[in-house]
Amino acid sequence: MDFQLSTEEEAFRDEVRAFIEQNLPSDSDRFNPAALANWNQKAREARYIGFAWPKDVGGGGGSIMQQVILKEEMAKVKAPSLGTCFMGLAWVGPSIIQYGNEKQKQQYIPEILDGAYQWCTGYSEPDSGSDLASLKCKCVRDGDEYVVNGQKIWTSIAMWSKMIILLVRTETEVDQKHDGITCLLVPMDDPGIEVRPIRNMGGGAVFAEVFFNEVRVPVENRLGAEGQGWQVTISALANERSSIAEVYGLTRKMEDVKQLARETRRAGKRAIDIPSVRRRILRAEMKIEAMRLNGQRFLTKQLKGEPLGSETSINKLHRAALEVELGELAVEINGSAGTLTKGSDEAPDDGAWAQFALGWPEVVIGGGTPNIQKNIIAERILGLPKD
Amino acid sequence: MNFGFSEEQELLRAEVRKFLDQNASIEETRKIVESQEGFDRHLWNRMAELGWVGLTMPEQHGGMGLGLVTLLVVLEETGRSLFPSPLISTVIAAKAIERFGNDEQQARWLPGLADGSQVATFALLEQSDDLAAEGIELTSTRDGDDVLLRGRKLYVPDACTANLIVVAVRSGADPEAVSLVVVESDAAGLEATDLPAMDLSKRLGKIDFSDVRVPAASVLGSPGTAWPAIRYLIDLGAALVTAETVGAAEQANQITVDFAKERIQFGSPIGRFQGVKHPLAEMYVDIESYKSLIYYAFWALDEGEDGAALAISRAKAYASETFPEAGINGVQLHGGVGYTWEYDIQLYLKRGKWMRPMFGDANYHYDRIASLGGL
Ligand SMILES: Cc1cc2nc3c(=O)[nH]c(=O)nc-3n(C[C@H](O)[C@H](O)[C@H](O)COP(=O)(O)OP(=O)(O)OC[C@H]3O[C@@H](n4cnc5c(N)ncnc54)[C@H](O)[C@@H]3O)c2cc1C
Repeated sequence: MDFQLSTEEEAFRDEVRAFIEQNLPSDSDRFNPAALANWNQKAREARYIGFAWPKDVGGGGGSIMQQVILKEEMAKVKAPSLGTCFMGLAWVGPSIIQYGNEKQKQQYIPEILDGAYQWCTGYSEPDSGSDLASLKCKCVRDGDEYVVNGQKIWTSIAMWSKMIILLVRTETEVDQKHDGITCLLVPMDDPGIEVRPIRNMGGGAVFAEVFFNEVRVPVENRLGAEGQGWQVTISALANERSSIAEVYGLTRKMEDVKQLARETRRAGKRAIDIPSVRRRILRAEMKIEAMRLNGQRFLTKQLKGEPLGSETSINKLHRAALEVELGELAVEINGSAGTLTKGSDEAPDDGAWAQFALGWPEVVIGGGTPNIQKNIIAERILGLPKD
Repeated sequence: MNFGFSEEQELLRAEVRKFLDQNASIEETRKIVESQEGFDRHLWNRMAELGWVGLTMPEQHGGMGLGLVTLLVVLEETGRSLFPSPLISTVIAAKAIERFGNDEQQARWLPGLADGSQVATFALLEQSDDLAAEGIELTSTRDGDDVLLRGRKLYVPDACTANLIVVAVRSGADPEAVSLVVVESDAAGLEATDLPAMDLSKRLGKIDFSDVRVPAASVLGSPGTAWPAIRYLIDLGAALVTAETVGAAEQANQITVDFAKERIQFGSPIGRFQGVKHPLAEMYVDIESYKSLIYYAFWALDEGEDGAALAISRAKAYASETFPEAGINGVQLHGGVGYTWEYDIQLYLKRGKWMRPMFGDANYHYDRIASLGGL
């Protein structure tokens, strides 16, 4: 065991720190569009956006360790995200790099890196959520075009996106439901596409239903081969591996909860001195530290060139539990005032905790539910029979 | 960056695994634990010959001079097999002598520990069952060139088999005025008695000291200043116990997984039902997670990192909260056969009972985390 960085790695860390020193927007500029645009332009020049991607497509060609260092340093200073095309950077880009033809790479990758517009993800359907491979969105070939009819749901940021990465069914008579699925890259401005935002329990509307009515998509917009859509999707989702950013996010939330527990008085005591509150804080911190170290073990595996598999579900389960727990803990610490939302002097932190406590489904449901993660561990790691 | 074991360490693991598979199958272990001593001296001597007992002891005294991380792989495997041996007790006592004893004391006692001819233990707890300095009440009184020890130690691991006992004693009124004294078990006035306990593979005993006379030269370090040393030994003990618990928990889960693949009810292996597979998956998540914590803690101990104590307490708290549950789940998921003496899962349930309070339960370690982390 050895947790030291090599000299080259230390040098890279210094480089990132120098970049941050020079370019990080000041606290007052954190939400200033011009400052953020400048940050992203500088990051683009330094190739920190798409840093893991190969250099020949415009990425940074960063090694695994360099990616870790970059993420860590950015997280430490709570830097704005690197790049603005969230889903493009998270999985659309990696899918295109792996399965796209030259033309697709040249067309889409630079735009994702530049954050020219948003991509959204059309996987889930009303009857196909956890059981994604059962999806039915109909797609028939007609000469040089595909004709798409069907519906997607829970499509995050569909209303603000210019493109959608879409899974459709091109074949219905298949032995295995994973066959016959095809991946298409579709412009959202087609007149046959209708987007209806859905209001979530927090009151906002960030996801939507998306309806496809005789939408014609050129065959050249297909990503990968016809019927290969499942592999394209799986390998793209497998790009979301390291939990470093999540661990830093949780650590920060944890600090805020501790601060809240120190400052809030309940029945004459500081909340942090209530044994059950204390215990919950200490236990959550212990889990976050375990997540951090689990991540280091996964990273060690990657550095040895071994592929990461289902063990990443370990940290997903921890994270899901912690997202709920930290919100609940904060709201409970706030007592009656914890029930208040933004809009009165009585609401702690102007309702920020209430908002947080209503936000966990994005993590807990959005990325594969805990039950599904447990099935993955039980079946793929422990070898128990499929249900 | 490398959060894994070296090739040598993996080889050692394979060697230990093979040795235990050949010599300490669970049937064999069941026989050993029912014997008078509760461990097999012949196997112990062979392990010592292979260098595993003296792994972390200094080379000039017959040890291998290796780090605790190397010992970790041995402990994971002994834990997996529930192998009954005084390895942890002996290692703790040897560390006490190595770190806090002078050259003469080291030369006198360590070679016998490294070569397996002597077994040692650390006697700390008393009637109050309190791991704080105040819990140490056994008195030591200076009498010429000797000290006289009077009192009773409880819950001492391997009390009846140890030849050498590192005893925590009180030498003054100040709460932290405590010392460490090495006592040979054949000293007049010393009597060790077995305390029958749930886990037969881990012997616990009480030791009565009725004016036991030991030379003052057997005190480790200067009298009355041993509290930091004892703190270190508690941390070390918690770390070693947690390392064994990694292997034990993995095996408990594996036994239950294997059973769930075989046992058919409602026309299918019960492992297909989520009420069975999900607790097993949850246990896997917890084991992997406290494993990461304890691996890091061992590294931090070897490196003398400031964070070692905090890391140990996190790992022990996590393990103490989850491993006993793995045993209970395991028995429950077996159904009726899980309740039988014959099936092995119950042995792991009992190991959970032993490990939970050993060198501090979750309550103790959460408090310690709070005090170390400035809550
Ligand atoms: C905030 C948010 C954003 C999202 N963004 C997107 C997006 O951009 N694009 C997109 O395509 N999708 C998106 N999703 C959809 C998300 O992927 C699905 O909600 C998720 O896969 C679960 O599917 P479902 O909602 O149909 O629930 P279901 O699959 O119907 O599940 C309902 C319940 O049943 C349980 N369950 C289902 N199957 C099993 C089983 N085999 N064993 C045990 N329990 C089971 C689940 O755990 C869950 O508790 C988003 C979801 C959320 C909440």
